[in-house]
Amino acid sequence: MSEGLNIIVCIKQVPATTEVEIDPETGTLKREGIESVINPFDEYAIEESIRLKEKYGGIVKVVTMGPPMAEQALRDAIAMGCDQAILITDRVFAGADTWATSLTLARCIDKLKPYDIVLCGLKTTDGDTGQTGPELAEHLGIPHICYVNRILGIDNGVMRVTRALDDGVETLESNLPLLLTVTKEINHPRLATLKGRLLAKRAEIKKFTLKEIGGDPKEYGLSGSFTRVIKVFTPSPPVSGEVMEVDPEIAAQKIFEKLVEIKVI
Amino acid sequence: MEDFEVIRIDLEKCSGCGICVSACPFGSIEMVENHPLIKEDCRLCGSCVSACPLGLISLVESSKKGDVEQYKGVAVFAEQRGGVIHPVAYELLGKGKELSKQLNEPLYAVLLGCGIKEAAGELAIRGADKVYVYDDPMLREIREDPYADVLSKFVKEEKPSIFLIGATAIGRSLGPKLAAKLRTGLTADCTGLEIDPETKLLKQTRPAFGGNVMATIICPDSRPQMATVRYKVMKEAEKNSDSKGEIIEKKMDYKGISDRVKILDFQPAKETVSIVDADIVISGGKGLGEAKGFRLLEELANIMDGAVGASRPTVDEGWIDYTHQVGLSGKTVRPKLYIACGISGAVQHLAGMKTSDYIIAINKDKEAPIFKVATLGIVGDCYEVLPILQKKIMEYKKNGKLR
Ligand SMILES: Cc1cc2nc3c(=O)[nH]c(=O)nc-3n(C[C@H](O)[C@H](O)[C@H](O)COP(=O)(O)OP(=O)(O)OC[C@H]3O[C@@H](n4cnc5c(N)ncnc54)[C@H](O)[C@@H]3O)c2cc1C
Ligand SMILES: Nc1ncnc2c1ncn2[C@@H]1O[C@H](COP(=O)(O)O)[C@@H](O)[C@H]1O
Repeated sequence: MSEGLNIIVCIKQVPATTEVEIDPETGTLKREGIESVINPFDEYAIEESIRLKEKYGGIVKVVTMGPPMAEQALRDAIAMGCDQAILITDRVFAGADTWATSLTLARCIDKLKPYDIVLCGLKTTDGDTGQTGPELAEHLGIPHICYVNRILGIDNGVMRVTRALDDGVETLESNLPLLLTVTKEINHPRLATLKGRLLAKRAEIKKFTLKEIGGDPKEYGLSGSFTRVIKVFTPSPPVSGEVMEVDPEIAAQKIFEKLVEIKVI
Repeated sequence: MEDFEVIRIDLEKCSGCGICVSACPFGSIEMVENHPLIKEDCRLCGSCVSACPLGLISLVESSKKGDVEQYKGVAVFAEQRGGVIHPVAYELLGKGKELSKQLNEPLYAVLLGCGIKEAAGELAIRGADKVYVYDDPMLREIREDPYADVLSKFVKEEKPSIFLIGATAIGRSLGPKLAAKLRTGLTADCTGLEIDPETKLLKQTRPAFGGNVMATIICPDSRPQMATVRYKVMKEAEKNSDSKGEIIEKKMDYKGISDRVKILDFQPAKETVSIVDADIVISGGKGLGEAKGFRLLEELANIMDGAVGASRPTVDEGWIDYTHQVGLSGKTVRPKLYIACGISGAVQHLAGMKTSDYIIAINKDKEAPIFKVATLGIVGDCYEVLPILQKKIMEYKKNGKLR
């Protein structure tokens, strides 16, 4: 570790809104005209990777798998302070579920060896599974820690972190290499500087296609996925009860009677 | 390991060139006496297949599909801490019972931990036909490494066709690791599970795109069909002392169990009544106008033994802590009674509370979507209604009768 840390951060470009609608004619999602951004949760991963680099020295490589336009997300990450960017892009990667996505990322990251830390966001706002990180770690054969809200430090190749579970906070320790998914509590992502933006404009984005990644096309994208979406639908409107517009005294009485009726007081 | 029969190398013709060794992205091929040997950590990626200049390596295809038939039964992961079963496991058993009946297959619970005999009995009473128990000091705390390895062995031995895990923090970290190990699909955060009557496949439904739409997902060609399932969405399996579930103690085999992350400390959350466990949740939204509004809700919650919930914007504003957030990016609650005060009822909020038994909503705007899910909707100002309500409840509690 004398030359500092080799850090890899995985990000995804997502639609800027989740207000998607289903086209009633075709039954597919309407997606036109929606702007794309870095998955908001991934900004925390980017920020943390830069902070680690600032503290321990080293290099941050930012990786995304996506269509050619995902290049913009990588440039935005460079503007924040990442050093190198890799775009994994090929038609055969399209339609991947988390298994196929994490496999593709693993094949790419394997070519970036040696690495010490892989950082992922908590989840994406579109896929919204939070599975890609842990699956990626398993493909890479390294341990993972989810929901990291603080990195306590790295000493002699051993990292200490705390993580937020449902019922409390755990302090954990592991040898590197290690994959972390980070929460929003961990930091406040910085804004890109003007200098960063200029740098990002000129930065070279490395492209990995199937050729560079290797393997059989059948392993990737839709055909490499184990899960299939068979139906997308709008949740059915629930049934509603009584709605009344009365003065506060009567309203309070009505609520009170309801509480007694359902035996909660 | 049996898995490795799916890669075949024609060793007779092999020249021992070693190209496959360098082609393997996982370093899983070794040269032994001039011939390649596939190691146990092979991920069946097939890189060696395309690399071999003589075309001697092949992946035995469709082993994936052939296997499917061998898998039977519905397995439920029983999360525990300190020997106490997480109630989501009972919910999984409740749902699991339904699914296993439809399939006419057994229902299993898998319990890992240390000193957990009593907990195992509890799972049998809740309807598991078989409870598999791995009791070992190494498994005292839930840690992804050894847990995933043990569960993966379990699946390979018992071959359940469905494997359900609670979508708790632990479950959502452990599940994907296990799925990747087992080379199978995993659907995150399901809110609906059913068996397709024709194909017998598990149809897994989950919110997508921030809950604006729902997606139904299947896992046709690999087993088990795995899902993490949201807490407080399914109904708990009832206790039934007539249940004759069998408890099977499994021997812990340390071979191949990894153990790389150490827990140094655990600080339990301070909170007294968690919104997830409370019978009554009184939630405040942006309509409260300011942080102080939550004081009013707290007082009310106190006298009713309830907990205080919140919509996301109030958490974003810093009026209340994130642990109180109800909804898609917060917690799902299923109390007897949910009172929504100054909450508009966006789909993301509804996603976390609409399965409550009773919902009372107070909102100034009679068009607010929250009224569509309310059992009782009050068009009004919560600052006017709530203090009167509080008084009435206090009087009632004092006199013990309805005035
Ligand atoms: C990916 C994603 C995830 C999300 N996750 C969550 C989540 O987990 N939980 C969540 O809650 N939201 C979530 N949201 C946000 C959600 O879309 C809504 O923005 C949010 O629920 C609105 O909160 P609100 O009802 O408190 O505020 P508003 O929508 O601003 O509603 C305030 C309401 O208060 C009423 N009001 C005002 N004054 C009074 C008064 N004095 N008395 C009575 N009524 C009054 C108004 O008529 C209005 O209806 C998420 C959004 C996205 C995109
Ligand atoms: N296509 C992708 N390219 C790079 N990283 C990704 C991709 N998809 C998901 N990730 C990473 O995995 C995390 C969890 O994503 P998800 O499983 O989709 O919720 C994200 O926050 C990213 O860090």
